[in-house]
Amino acid sequence: MFASLLRVMALIRKELLAVLKDARTRNMLLLQPVLQCLLFGYAATLDLNNVPYAALDRDRSTASSALLAKLDGSGVFHRVANLTDAADMRRLIDSQRVLVVVQIDPDFQSQLSRGEAAAVQVIADGRNSNTAGAAVGYVGVAVDSFNADWRSDHGLPQPPIRLEPRAWYSANLETRWNLIPALIGTITLMSTMMLAALSVAREREEGTFDQLLVTPFTPVEIMAGKAIPAMLIGLVQATNALLVAQFWFRIPFAGSFLTLYIGLILFLLAAVGIGLFVSSIAATMQQAMLYAFVAIMPFALLSGLTTPISSMPPLVQDFTLINPLRYAIDLVHRVYLEGAGLGQLVSDLWPMAIIATVTLSAAALMFRSRLE
Amino acid sequence: MTANAPPRRPAPLAARARRIAALIRKEGRQVVRDPSSFAIGVVLPVMLILLFGFGLSLDVKNVPIAVVIESPSSQASEIAASFQLSPYFEAQITPSMADAQALVRSDKVDGIVLLRSDFARRAANGDASVQLVVNGIDGNTARIIEAYAEAAIAQSGARATAEGQDAVTGAGGEAVVESQLWFNSANDSRYFLVPGLIVLIVTLIGAFMTSMVVAREWERGTFEALFVTPVRTDEILISKIVPYLVLGMGGLLLCMAAARFMFDVPFRGSFVTLLGVSMLYLLVSVATGLLISSTLKSQFLASQVTLVATFMPALMLSGFIYDLRSVPLAVRLVSYLVPARYYVSLLQTMFLAGDVWGVILPNAAILALVATVMLALTRRATRKSLG
Repeated sequence: MFASLLRVMALIRKELLAVLKDARTRNMLLLQPVLQCLLFGYAATLDLNNVPYAALDRDRSTASSALLAKLDGSGVFHRVANLTDAADMRRLIDSQRVLVVVQIDPDFQSQLSRGEAAAVQVIADGRNSNTAGAAVGYVGVAVDSFNADWRSDHGLPQPPIRLEPRAWYSANLETRWNLIPALIGTITLMSTMMLAALSVAREREEGTFDQLLVTPFTPVEIMAGKAIPAMLIGLVQATNALLVAQFWFRIPFAGSFLTLYIGLILFLLAAVGIGLFVSSIAATMQQAMLYAFVAIMPFALLSGLTTPISSMPPLVQDFTLINPLRYAIDLVHRVYLEGAGLGQLVSDLWPMAIIATVTLSAAALMFRSRLE
Repeated sequence: MTANAPPRRPAPLAARARRIAALIRKEGRQVVRDPSSFAIGVVLPVMLILLFGFGLSLDVKNVPIAVVIESPSSQASEIAASFQLSPYFEAQITPSMADAQALVRSDKVDGIVLLRSDFARRAANGDASVQLVVNGIDGNTARIIEAYAEAAIAQSGARATAEGQDAVTGAGGEAVVESQLWFNSANDSRYFLVPGLIVLIVTLIGAFMTSMVVAREWERGTFEALFVTPVRTDEILISKIVPYLVLGMGGLLLCMAAARFMFDVPFRGSFVTLLGVSMLYLLVSVATGLLISSTLKSQFLASQVTLVATFMPALMLSGFIYDLRSVPLAVRLVSYLVPARYYVSLLQTMFLAGDVWGVILPNAAILALVATVMLALTRRATRKSLG
């Protein structure tokens, strides 16, 4: 047992040396999580804060100016043109100079004064329908605020039922609070799977795998020697991403680090298991990397990172059950933002344990079959 | 090929063409015979198309929520019903806030609609409030839930008015938004996801695959071996570029066919223009892949750098998902350096708006410029490394 431990330690040392001796590789593995967190943290927001718009005000009344002033004062909309002719609309939208055109009909104020509903037409560039939808929603907010002012100015009662929205865990609904913790899992998955997949493929391509097989190492020891270094690197990467989240973006950490790291270790076991399995079926490094990448794409896309799992079709939702990243993202979110303890995370922990067991045993079987 | 080597006699054109053809044939066979190129050239695009086409959407629906009715009344059931009828919610009714909170903690529901015990009385007085608690972890979803909840409450008001009951919401003079979405009146997120997908696939095939294949040749020394043959640098580069251009075009056509026939995404521009600008973007990608691998000469490094330098920006900084007008200035400036940005703009315009030359010409010109610069740099990197 002790001898076996020593052998595995030696293998881990050798493996870490092989990966980390090259300064360029070392820097890339350490800096990549930081760079990606910064990039995603600033770029990945679905909130809009700069919407160029054009106004086509056919009413030119105090009411219509008040409405447009609401838009201009929102901090989101910037008026780039005042149109007089509807034909100009197409030119501005086609050339992407404006995202929305707000059109106010000639009888806007008189309709309002008569107590009728007055339409504000919003024409949006639907080339990115997501952005366009959000922009229309922001116009809606400005119009609501205009309506409230109009009611109080004209002594009308406010609507009898109001919605009082309140958000838990992230009061300002910042996309970043959701995204950065999720990235901790995603970035480490990419690196550890690739590293694990490459570790065996490299030896195979260089012909040293056969040499490894004639040493006293058992297949399980070889597996451990390949899995642990990748996991260690993954943990360091996760820590780097965590540091960026806490010290750069200042996202408050609500849970316990012990819980987080227990969860991450389980997740990394599953990721390494998949990587080693890929490695055992690939003949060359190139194949190992491409296969690993083909596996990483659906894992990343179907994890809830970019799109909510509950809006996926049932069949795709079933697939997410075998995706370790799905559980890791949920786990990190709940530990980081909600402060969940191990007891509340059981539903995330056991699926990762099963995935790790299945993939690691499958990889061990594949290695063993090469031994015989 | 050092600077002071005697100039070689230019080979006859036919011989050069034959050499290039032979090299391309060799490269092509290598691509076809390696199962991993099939995986990335065909399996990955098809998988992504199916996922984006059927699976992924940024639209929120079937959000599980709990509706707390502290004391039953017709007004409260009216509100509860509007949530239950809405396609956006999966509403379950609970009698107490404590139950609902437990559901949020165990992640069974994403939000709570609270109708307090005095709701009916206050609604009759015209001063009632519905409290909405959302799990703010996914800020985007939370915001959409709020918007839908507003709509659901407004709807229950409208229904009440229509049925001749007391109006639950205010009536009379107010401005209402009537929106039209140009180019995508169906508000289908596939309309912009599918063109974005083409960018990702073309980037992957062009840059990721090329960089790995060429880095492997450097690692094994077969690239240097090529240089001692009569083949020239330009000919080697052409033979490396052409097979991946063909593969990338194949991926593009696959996506186009899927977009058109499986997902009914309209294509309003001209096909020839599309092929032209795609060729430009593929050239940029392949040249980037070649440049990275010739500089780094290591498969693992080349693959990681290519992912960080081409794929990630194509996903994040191209305007494919995230609106570039709303990112901080520094990030926006960086995004101008991302070639995918121009290609996304071209594709979204050609798919949904048509051949708007005011958009196409400047973007295509930038891509052509980047392609020229990248090819020149690649040529230099490849020649220099012979040293």
